[in-house]
This record gives sequence, C-alpha cells and structure tokens, in this order.
Amino acid sequence: MHMLSPLQTFTIEGLYSLFRGDREVNWKDEDSIQDQFLSSVDGQAMSKQTRRDFLFLATGVASAVGVSGLVWPFIDQLRPDDDERAVESTITVDISSIEKGMTFTVKWRGKPVMIRNQTTEEIEESRATPLKALKDHYARNANLPADTPATSLARSAGKGRENWIILINICTHLGCIPHVCAGSYNGWFCSCHGSSYDTVGRIRSGPASRNMAIPPYQFISEKVISIR
Amino acid sequence: MIKEKGTYRPKTRCSRFLNHRLPFPRLIHDSIIKYYVPKNLNYFYTFGCILILMLTSQILTGIVMAMHYVPDVGSAFESREHFMRSGRYGWLFGPWHAVGSSFFFIAVYIHLARSLYYGSHKSPREIVWILGVFIYLTMMATAFIGHVLAWSMISAAEVSIAAGLFRAMPLVGSWLYETLLGGYSIGQPTLNRFYVVHSLLPFVLVFLIVLHIWAVHMVGQNNPTGLDVQSERETIPFVPYAAIKYVFTISIFLIFFAWFLFYMPDYMSHADHHIQADIFRTPQHVVPEWYFLPFYTMLRAITFDVGPLESTLFGVMVLTGSLLILLFVPWLDRSQVRSARFRPLYRICYWLFIVDVIFLGWLGSQSVNDVDVIWSQIGTAFYFIFFLIIMPYLPRFEKNWLPASIEEVIHQKK
Repeated sequence: MHMLSPLQTFTIEGLYSLFRGDREVNWKDEDSIQDQFLSSVDGQAMSKQTRRDFLFLATGVASAVGVSGLVWPFIDQLRPDDDERAVESTITVDISSIEKGMTFTVKWRGKPVMIRNQTTEEIEESRATPLKALKDHYARNANLPADTPATSLARSAGKGRENWIILINICTHLGCIPHVCAGSYNGWFCSCHGSSYDTVGRIRSGPASRNMAIPPYQFISEKVISIR
Repeated sequence: MIKEKGTYRPKTRCSRFLNHRLPFPRLIHDSIIKYYVPKNLNYFYTFGCILILMLTSQILTGIVMAMHYVPDVGSAFESREHFMRSGRYGWLFGPWHAVGSSFFFIAVYIHLARSLYYGSHKSPREIVWILGVFIYLTMMATAFIGHVLAWSMISAAEVSIAAGLFRAMPLVGSWLYETLLGGYSIGQPTLNRFYVVHSLLPFVLVFLIVLHIWAVHMVGQNNPTGLDVQSERETIPFVPYAAIKYVFTISIFLIFFAWFLFYMPDYMSHADHHIQADIFRTPQHVVPEWYFLPFYTMLRAITFDVGPLESTLFGVMVLTGSLLILLFVPWLDRSQVRSARFRPLYRICYWLFIVDVIFLGWLGSQSVNDVDVIWSQIGTAFYFIFFLIIMPYLPRFEKNWLPASIEEVIHQKK
C-alpha cells in the first residue's frame, strides 16, 4: 500500500485514492497530535497539516456555501414580482387634443411620460442653443443611436414633428418629478435639488448630469402614438 | 476609571436570593448607582442620558402610532391623519412622536459636538465614538423611513431621492434600486417594508446603545479637561452627585420639548406633509427635515463633473463621504491633547466648523434660486477641509500647555 503525505490529501488524486482505500496517509497518531498542540507555542509543530485541519476546513467551506445559499432567498424576495414587469408595457395615446403649449402626462411602466406640444418660440429657443452650451452632449433618445448629438431635432419626434417632445418626466439626478414650464431655461425644473432643463429636456444647470430620457415610441398615425 | 469592586451588599432576603442566581441588582448597582465619574463633568455631559430618555419616548409613542397605522398606499396617509384628528389622544401622540424625533436629533447633535470639543473620540474611546456614529446613522435611517410612512407629498419626494441615491451607483445601481423598492417604482411593497424596518430599527438602536454604554464603562468617561482620572479623589459616584445634575438638565430639556409639543407642534414640519402622496408629482419646495439639511446642501452643491465622474455620482459620493468620514475621526485627529480647552488653534477651527455646519443647514432651507450655489460649494469644501486637513495637520503648529491633573485645574479655578 502506498503512503500519502498529509498535504497530498488536498489534491483531487489524493482524496480519490483515499476514498478507494488503496492508499494510506501518514497521519501522526492521536497522542502525538496532542503533543503537537501542547508544543505549538513555539509555532513550529502546528504548521504540519493534520486530518483534523482538513476536516475543519471542509466543514467550514461546506457551511459557508450552505449559509450563502440560504442568504440568497432572503435577498431575492425583496425584488419586484413577475407580474409587475408585465403591467402596461405598451400603451397607445391619442394626442389629437393636445394643443400648442399643452402637456399631457401618461403612466408607462410605472413612470410618468410627458407629451408636450411645443410653441413655435420654444422650438426657436432650443434650436438657437449652441451644442457647446450643453452639459450632456448625447440625445438620450431610445429611438436613435446612442451616440446621436443632443440637437433640438434629435430630442423631438423628428423632422416635421419638431413640436412634439415626449420624455420620461423623471429628473436624471435622483428621480424626482420636475415641474414643466419652469426654471431658468423655461423647460423643466426639479424642485428637489434645483436641476434646470431646457424646452427639449436637456440638462442645463444643477446637479443632474444627463438629459431626461426619451422612451421608445412611434407615431401610428398623425394623431396616435404608441409607447413601448 | 477607578471602580470599587463589590460594594453591593444585598439587604433583603429576596435580593440575596437573586444575587446568587441572576445578579441583576448588582449590575445596576455597579454600573449606575456606584458608578464613579470624574467630578468635573459639566452640563454637556448629561445629553447621553437625555438621548436614552428620547429613545424610550420614541419607542413608546411609536408603538402607539403603529397600532393606528395601516401600511397600505391607499390608506396610510388617511390612517395617520385620522388618528391625529379624531383618535383618542391622537392630537398628543402624533406630534409627540414627530416633535420627539426632532428633539432626539437636537440632543444627538449637542452630544456629538461635545465629544468633538472635548476630544472624547480619541484614544482610548475610539470604539465608543464609532458605535456612536453607527447609532447616529441608524437614527438617521429610522427618522427618514418614519417620515416616508406618513405617505405625504414630501414622503414621496424623499423616497424617490433616497432610492435615487442607490440608483446613482455604477453597475449595481438599478439592481439595488429595484431591490430596495420591491418594484420598478415606488409602491405598496416599498411602504410595507419601510413600515417593518421602521419598527425594527429602534431595537437595533437599543442594541447599539447597550454596546456604546458598555464601551464607555470599560474606559471611563472623558471630562472637560480631557485628562485621565488619576485618583479616586477626582471622581464622584453617579448617584446622587452626577444624577442630580442630569435631572436638572432633563427638566430644562423637557420644558423646551413641551413648549414645542403643545404650542407649536408643526414648527419643524412642512405644510406639504399634510397632503397625500402622489408619486407623479413633486411639491414646489422640497426640503428635508432640518436635521438632514447640511447633508442635503452638500448633495445640491455638486453641480459639476469631476473628470470621469458625473455630477450625480460625485454628489452621492460627497453625501456618503460626509457621513462616513465621521468613522475615521479618531485617527484623523492626531493631537495628543484631548480637550479643545488646551488647544487654542483647534478651538477656533472647531467653532468655524460648527458655524459652517449651521450655515450649510441654513443654505439647505433656502430655495435653490435664492442663494448662489457657490456658497454651498464653499461650505462643503470647508466641511471636508476640517476633517481631512485641519484635524491631522493642525497639531504640528500647536503649542499646548497641559495641567498635570484634574485636581490642579479645579484648584486653579478656585
């Protein structure tokens, strides 16, 4: 029968051969383990591995895995239900009654989506803003590529529909609901920490760092949009 | 701390019986009645006791409030308003719990300021200080969540902001946000869990306070001179000599408390707090409770990006940093001298710091458009300069004179 050093029991082969019983480990006998423990003050004797160390380690690892497996359900139960995900994922809105200068808020996936029909002055104002004056240079429009610059056209519903601004009315700072037609840039103003957005929802001043998000939407006809 | 061992002598048969089985009377005797404290403690040292009183008051009134509260988004607001307007003694318990939280914070701020002045955070009281900071943070969390339970306009804004703080974190942000709220936006699961956590945290506080007091009793109380107690002559037993001082301060404190409770219960609240929450609307003026104002200002002050850090994330880091920095104060302050009484330069900086925190608080109470953001930025900068530059480097320029003992200081005064 082959002899195995205690250290080899930590290898897969070592454990396997032990399991088959075709090898034996050169354990110290129990008395000498006791001696070792007593003489461990000088720090030398305890450095050798014993079967007890291995068992302690194995028990420790198994318990750690077991406990962390048990912790997960306690965390995961805090997360949103499945049915919450399914609620109102696509909505259609009739926008024919929204006159120039009016805003209309709809609830989409638990968030307020604001649909605004801009006045001509407001369109002119956002067009006149140079891109250099912006804090966030990206359009943040889910309907356009991610690197689209934040021009007034890219923030609106596109060519010919530049008067329509459809955005998620949530401040990009910490998630309050900004007030429309307010603030230093006549767009949106968040009263929580004082972020000001312009008429197309681009961040201009205050602690927020991104333009307000534009949800994925499309015009089904001239009067109806769907947001999804 | 000089402590006579075993002065407890059970007098009755009953206490003798208990003394051999569960020596609870002995514990009370040794740790409260015959607990020796430095004899030069001033009135500022009584706030620890006031804090225990306030926590008891909050737990008692909180239990009452919980019995009349319905943690349901449709009826939460109504249930609270109904109890306060029509419930028996609702007029008393509602404001008592609300005004109580404000007074709890008044006491904790005085307690904190006192520690910082007399150097109670320094060796060997680091653990006492750290436990104190944890107590303070837990208090803030409890107060914040409690405020959300009212389910008013302010509550809705506050909970979005708090959740937003977590969402601002990179990578794990939105996962944390959803896990915290229990939904993709604020809703029933949010209110439900906040109710449970608000009821649970006070008991976490009790646990932390027991550890805090245990740690104080291990190393002994600091005193206005910051000097170590050297002999028994410099101490007095807590009962009755120090206790009578405590009773006096508690009485004064309770007079102010009663004044606010009975004559201006809504003074530290907001009108929007009596309008039901609408998660699609934020009130025109969102101001947190007064005790959060300095930190609120710091969050608002960060309107600029720092390198790759966007202003939102940097603001959140400044906010959390301003609180977590307190944990490192025992090691940031490198002076060997504890009390500011014998540190003329630190004393000036200390008062500047107090003025700065009050100034930050005042800025927070103002609307963003009224005061230039630069003032908030200067105030925030000084807050961090105090901890990161003044505390560690000031001792290099200080020439200190220290008296030999507490006795010497007392005799000098005479």
